[in-house]
Amino acid sequence: MLRLSLGLVTVFAFSVIIFSTFSFLPGDFATEILGQSATKSAVKALRAELGLDKPPVTRYFDWLGNVFQGDFGSSFSGRSKVQGDQGDRSREVVGLIVPRLKNTLFLTGVAAMLAIPLSLILGISAALYRNSYYDRSATGVSLVTVSSPEFFTAYIFILLLATLFPVFPTISNVDEASTLAERFYRTALPVFTLTLITMGHMMRMTRSAIINILSSEYIEMAKLSGASRYEVIVKHALPNAWAPISQVIAINLAYMLIGSVVVEYVFNYQGIGRLMVGSVYNRDLPVVQACALIFASTYVILNLIADLIGIISNPRLLYPK
Amino acid sequence: MTSNKSKELLLEMKNIHIDGFSDERWHKILKGVDLTLHRGEILGLIGESGAGKSTMGKAAMGYTQPGCKIIKGEINFNGIDLAKLTEFEKRKIWGTKISYVAQSAAASFNPAHRLMDQTISAANRLKINPTDVLKKDAVQLYESLQLPDAENIGDRYPHQVSGGQLQRIMTAMAMSPRPELIIFDEPTTALDVTTQVEVLSAMRSIVDKFNTAAIYITHDLAVVAQMADRIKVLRYGEEVEEAETRDMLSNPKEEYTKSLWSVRSLIKPEETNEDYMLSIKNIDAAYGSSKVLHNVSIDIPKGKTVAIVGESGSGKSTTARVITGLLPQLKGEIIFDGKKLSPKLEQRSKEELRRIQIIFQMPDTAMNPRQTVDEIIGRPIEFYQGIKGKEREAKVIELLKMIELDETFLDRLPSELSGGQKQRICIARALAANPDLIICDEVTSALDQIVQEGILKLLQKLQKELGVTYIFITHDIATVKAISDEIVVMYQGEVVEQGLKSKILNPPYPDYTELLLSSVPEMDPDWLTNLLNKRSS
Repeated sequence: MLRLSLGLVTVFAFSVIIFSTFSFLPGDFATEILGQSATKSAVKALRAELGLDKPPVTRYFDWLGNVFQGDFGSSFSGRSKVQGDQGDRSREVVGLIVPRLKNTLFLTGVAAMLAIPLSLILGISAALYRNSYYDRSATGVSLVTVSSPEFFTAYIFILLLATLFPVFPTISNVDEASTLAERFYRTALPVFTLTLITMGHMMRMTRSAIINILSSEYIEMAKLSGASRYEVIVKHALPNAWAPISQVIAINLAYMLIGSVVVEYVFNYQGIGRLMVGSVYNRDLPVVQACALIFASTYVILNLIADLIGIISNPRLLYPK
Repeated sequence: MTSNKSKELLLEMKNIHIDGFSDERWHKILKGVDLTLHRGEILGLIGESGAGKSTMGKAAMGYTQPGCKIIKGEINFNGIDLAKLTEFEKRKIWGTKISYVAQSAAASFNPAHRLMDQTISAANRLKINPTDVLKKDAVQLYESLQLPDAENIGDRYPHQVSGGQLQRIMTAMAMSPRPELIIFDEPTTALDVTTQVEVLSAMRSIVDKFNTAAIYITHDLAVVAQMADRIKVLRYGEEVEEAETRDMLSNPKEEYTKSLWSVRSLIKPEETNEDYMLSIKNIDAAYGSSKVLHNVSIDIPKGKTVAIVGESGSGKSTTARVITGLLPQLKGEIIFDGKKLSPKLEQRSKEELRRIQIIFQMPDTAMNPRQTVDEIIGRPIEFYQGIKGKEREAKVIELLKMIELDETFLDRLPSELSGGQKQRICIARALAANPDLIICDEVTSALDQIVQEGILKLLQKLQKELGVTYIFITHDIATVKAISDEIVVMYQGEVVEQGLKSKILNPPYPDYTELLLSSVPEMDPDWLTNLLNKRSS
């Protein structure tokens, strides 16, 4: 309960930071849209219409109040340039974000489902055969993947699997009509990229968590009571490793989501990351704020889940003395 | 202990050589030790740390720790040479034919599983009896080990029971598959004397009951005297001597074996003083909401040694923390040399801080591993006395001489020192502040008997030369006898009694002091039996 409320406080603090950061950025949407030569009165009118003339604190609470009701406001862009024109094409932020959020969640979800089991298996087996050639090459390669930036990894994949050996498309454009198989096919490269950039870290941390536990006395005790290698790992080491492992997974899933900003851009995938980049470019405040808030809450939620797993897997916390 | 043990050979280890890898090179841990054990017999293996006794005990299972390997030797168990078996084959013997009871029960149980599941896991592997039969048997084992609530204790997790109980549950776990041999590796070293008695008697009766052979490893002669039929003394990986328990105790042949007694022979005439260095009056203290000290009053006479004794959780160390200001008291006052000390560390003057120093139990963790001896001792000299440069160095060397080391130690790091040397450096660091009062918190309990004696002698010598006052916190009665003038007995955060050594250690005793003193193992093989008879009557 305490953790839950702390999480809420964190999200709230984030919302303040997000809001103030974007509000205090130089320039605003009104000058951006009307251009350098716009008259002062036109700018003023547009600002009034968008509510930008109100003091920031009022605007923040208006925004927050609406967010609580699931209303993220309407996007600034798409709005008619001429004052008084009735043909307002502005779109609701929610309607703008939801389909893209689905796309991003699909992308990161698939990548996570690939990366988590793979890195667990690799990490555990590397710990089991510590200092073998297998372990050394696995940790070595993972170090390389962790250190390469997302866009670099992405371009390598494009070079290998799209240009030299044209197996997958370089552009991952999906829409509502795409079938599941099509989606898998089109998103293959971004999924691979996201998998690779997060897997290294998860694998290495799993390995070190397991190795740490393998040197503890109860593992020696388990060996001396005749437990097999498999039993030692699965029954004795792993239950005590869930807490650190789940923390690492949470961080990496969050990292994946943030990494998707770059990856979506490279592969031109219609996800929330790309939407955010575009909106920042256009000074489209409501959209940027909504995206940032979604990123922040995802991070908090993932960490909460990791904490929860940590508590459930640890009898010390679950059953007090 | 019955003497009519069978003469059927169970284990025969011949010429065991084991090397260990540390500090980038191989060291010899065992240099050709032999060992024989008959069915139903208990062999005591004793020696200081580093003697190779634990390695020998594990080698009896054909197991070596990571980083160690058996160079040569035979380990014949029931006619099979364990040294030649593969890991896979040995696993069929481990836990079922030979089982192991480790020193630290708290660290040796898997925190993630219930005690019952761990108790029967080895026996379960045999697939002879179904799980529910094993569980019933385990409950009976718990009962015969006198565990409270034997029916349900197995449903708990390791952190939910006490250290003494865990150690007994581990014995039950070792006994569950009815092994032919149990290795007890310092099973009571981490326990209080009062708990130790219970665990020892429980172990002894259950080993007797099933006529199981055992190797009992310890550094405490008095403990091994209660358990073993025969005793083997190891030193530096070699055998010193071996004899039947009674012979060994009454007539040890080797000088080394005799020296194992020595700390118990150190005696100090008691003196006291009406002039108090420190008086604490009606102190209450708490960690968070749990109150650990209740109305504690202690007087420490100037230039004398006051020993505070009690089992863990009695509030001895907390008292030290209150005196040093690390834990401000809730109530009561501390008078130091006639003046009142403020409870909080931050509010005390540098001079007050200088005059009270503390030496901790674990010298390993009390020193910065990246600082040389020169820096460790030099800093308090500089900090409290403002002495720098050449003068400082001279002072450090003078202190090193005082603790019977020399200037060759100046550039060493703590990792390059032995346990006893480390503790000496900690003493020098305390002396560097030129204090009036030194609190020694279990300073010898992590050390071997012989090293202990050296440290205690050094502390006595320093007291004579410098007139410094000691508060000596310990749970070891032998140490108390050796060093103290006055004794304070604490129990559950209260002072049971305070007085001269001769008064406290002689009857009539309050109930708790009686229990504490009678629980201290003596060099008499019949001590435990007599004690249990006396307590039950």
